[in-house]
Amino acid sequence: MTHPSHSRINSDLLRPILQTSWKFYALVTVLGGIVVAALIAWLSQMYFGFGISGITWPVYWGFYVTSFVFWIGISHAGTLISAILRLVNAGWRRPVTRCAEVITVFALMIGAMFPIVHLGRPWLAFWLFPYPSERLIWPNFRSPLVWDFFAINTYLTGSLLFLFLPMLPDFAVVRDKSTGLRHRIYSVLALGWRGTPKQWHRLESGMAIMAVAIVPVAVSVHTIVSFDFSMAPVPMWQSTIFGPYFVAGAIFSGIAGLLLAMAVLRRVLHLEAYLHPVHFENLGKLLLVMALLWGYFVFNERLVTYYGNEPSEMAVFWRTQRESFAPLYWTMVIGNFVLPLVIMGVRRFRTITGCVIASIGVVVGMWLERFLIIVPALGHKYLPYSYGVYRPQLVEIIIAAATFAAMALLYVLFTKLVPIISIWELKAGEHPSPDLMPPGNEEHRLGELHL
Amino acid sequence: MPRWGMAADLDRCDGCGACVTACHAENNISTVGPDQASRGRAKHWIRVERYWEGEFPDVRLKFRPVMCQHCGNAPCEPVCPTYASHHTEDGLNAQVYNRCIGTRYCANACPYNVRFFDFFNPSWDKPLHLQLNPDVSLREVGVMEKCTFCVQRIKAATIQAKAEDRKVADGEIKPACAQACPAQALVFGDLDDPESAVSRLSRSSRGSKLLEDRGTEPAVTYLSRQS
Repeated sequence: MTHPSHSRINSDLLRPILQTSWKFYALVTVLGGIVVAALIAWLSQMYFGFGISGITWPVYWGFYVTSFVFWIGISHAGTLISAILRLVNAGWRRPVTRCAEVITVFALMIGAMFPIVHLGRPWLAFWLFPYPSERLIWPNFRSPLVWDFFAINTYLTGSLLFLFLPMLPDFAVVRDKSTGLRHRIYSVLALGWRGTPKQWHRLESGMAIMAVAIVPVAVSVHTIVSFDFSMAPVPMWQSTIFGPYFVAGAIFSGIAGLLLAMAVLRRVLHLEAYLHPVHFENLGKLLLVMALLWGYFVFNERLVTYYGNEPSEMAVFWRTQRESFAPLYWTMVIGNFVLPLVIMGVRRFRTITGCVIASIGVVVGMWLERFLIIVPALGHKYLPYSYGVYRPQLVEIIIAAATFAAMALLYVLFTKLVPIISIWELKAGEHPSPDLMPPGNEEHRLGELHL
Repeated sequence: MPRWGMAADLDRCDGCGACVTACHAENNISTVGPDQASRGRAKHWIRVERYWEGEFPDVRLKFRPVMCQHCGNAPCEPVCPTYASHHTEDGLNAQVYNRCIGTRYCANACPYNVRFFDFFNPSWDKPLHLQLNPDVSLREVGVMEKCTFCVQRIKAATIQAKAEDRKVADGEIKPACAQACPAQALVFGDLDDPESAVSRLSRSSRGSKLLEDRGTEPAVTYLSRQS
C-alpha cells in the first residue's frame, strides 16, 4: 500500500470542497428534482386524502413502513461499524469511518421522516412527542411507536455527536486553507480547535466514550423497531427472534450501503489512493459474515414456524414461500444469501466490482425482507373473510424511490462541505508525526491512537 | 359499573344484512362508492362474514356477524401512541377520533380486522346528507373508526336512568344492529349482571369466543349453529 504524502492528503481531500464543477450542480439539480417530486407527492396525499396511496383494509402498512425500517437499518452502517472498528483499533478503518458515520446520520434522518409521512393526520405528529400540555395528556408510553420516538432521537443525537467530534480538526484544516465567508463559517464549525495537546486528549476521550456508548444504543434502536412488529398479535410477527434478527439485518444492509457509497466516492472523487481494494475486501468479509448470520436467522424463523405448524402462521408462511409472494421471497434469498456467499466467499471475486454487485444484491434483498415481513402477514391475518391485497400506488412508489435520491443528495452536499475522509485520522494513522499527534505517554504511544 | 357485552346466536342469523345497514345509518358511516369498495376500503363496523362448507353442489352456507369484540385484553389499546384507543370503565373499547393521528397500528394489531381507516373525508350523496345522526360525530380523513356498541345509546340510557334514580334495565339499551335484527340474533346487555339475557346466553354451552386462543378476552360470545 502506498502512502500519499502529507500535502497531497490535504490537496486531494480538500479538492472536492474548494473546487466545484458543473457536474456537481447538474447532479444536485437532478437529485433535488426527485426529492421535490416526492415532496409534491406527499403534499398531494395530504390534500386529496390518504386514499391516493395503495394502503387498504386490512394491509394498513406498506411502502412507507418498509422504507422506515429499511433506512433505520441502513443507518447501522455507520456508527455501529465505525464504533466497533475504533474499539478494536482496526488500523484500516481510518479512511472508512467518516463515510460510514455520515450514512448513519442521513439514513436516520430519512428513516425518521416515515413515521410522520405515513400518518393519517401528519399535521398532528407532535402528539407523539412527550411535551407538557395544559391538558396533561402524555403519549402512551406502552406503545412501541413511542419507544421508537425515544430510540431514534437518542440514536440520532448520539450519531450526530459521533460524526461531529472527529470532524473538528478537519474543520480547522479547512478554516486554515480558506478565506472569506468560507473561512468564517469553518471558524465557527471548528469550535476554536487549535490542536493543543489538551484538545487532542479531550477529543480522544470524547471519542472513546462515544464509541462505547453508541454500540448499545444502535443495537437497541433496531430491536425497538422490531418491537413495532413483534408486539402485535399478527401471524409471523409475534416472534422472539425479531430483535436480533432485525439488528443483524440492519448491520448487514448497513455494510452493503457503506460499500456502495465507498465505491461511488472512490470513482467520482478520485480517492483511489485512499480507499484501497483492501478496505473493500475487509468490509466484504464482514458482509460475508453478516450474510451467514442473516441466513441463520431466517432459517431459524422459518423452521420453527414450520415445525410449530400453527394454521394462521402457516398461511402466511406458504404465502411467502411458494404462493403470490414467492418471487419476491426467492429474490430476497438470492440477493441476501446466495449472491454475497458466492461472491464474497471466493477470494478471487472479492474485488471492488464484486463488492458492488454483492452489495446491490443485499440492498435489494434487505428492502424486500422488510416488505415481506410487513405486507404478507397483514393481508393474511386470522379470519379468511378479511384477507386482503396490497397494491402500491404511484405516490408511494415515488416517495420510496426518492429516499434513495435524498440519500445521494445529502451525501453529495456533505462531500462538498466536509472532507469525506478524515484528514487528521489518516495522517495520524499513516504518518505519525509529533505535531499531529497527542504527545506519547505510557497509555498512548505514538501511532497507536486508541480512538 | 356494568360491563357491556353481546351475544350473537348463529342459529338465528340468516345473513340478511339488516344490522349492517342499521349500523351505517345510526353511526354516520360514510359509504365509499363501488370503486373504493372494490379496493377493500368499505367501512362496515359490523359485517356478515359468509363461509361455505363442502364442495359444490353439496355446500352449506354459514354466516357470522363480526363487529368490534370489545376485548377485555385488547391488542389495539397498548399500541396506540396517543391513547386514542383506550378502555373505558364499563368495558368498552373506545376510540377517540379527535385524538387519533392515524398510525393505523391499532388496526394491524387487531386480530379481527374490525377497525377502519378514513381514506378520504366523508361525503354523502344528496339527500343522504340529511339523515345524519346528530348524536354521533363525523370522522375526518386520516382517523380510525370502529364499532362503539352504539355508545351514544348507552350514554343516553345511563343518563336517563340516573335522572330517574334507577338502574338501567336489561334490554333497555339496544345497539342499532341488535334493534334491526329481525331474527333477534344479537343480544346486548350487562355481562356483570348474572340475570341479564346476554349473561345467560354467554354462559351457554353453545357459546364460544372468536379467536379465543389469542387471549383477547372478547366481550362478544358466539352461540354455535346447531342445525
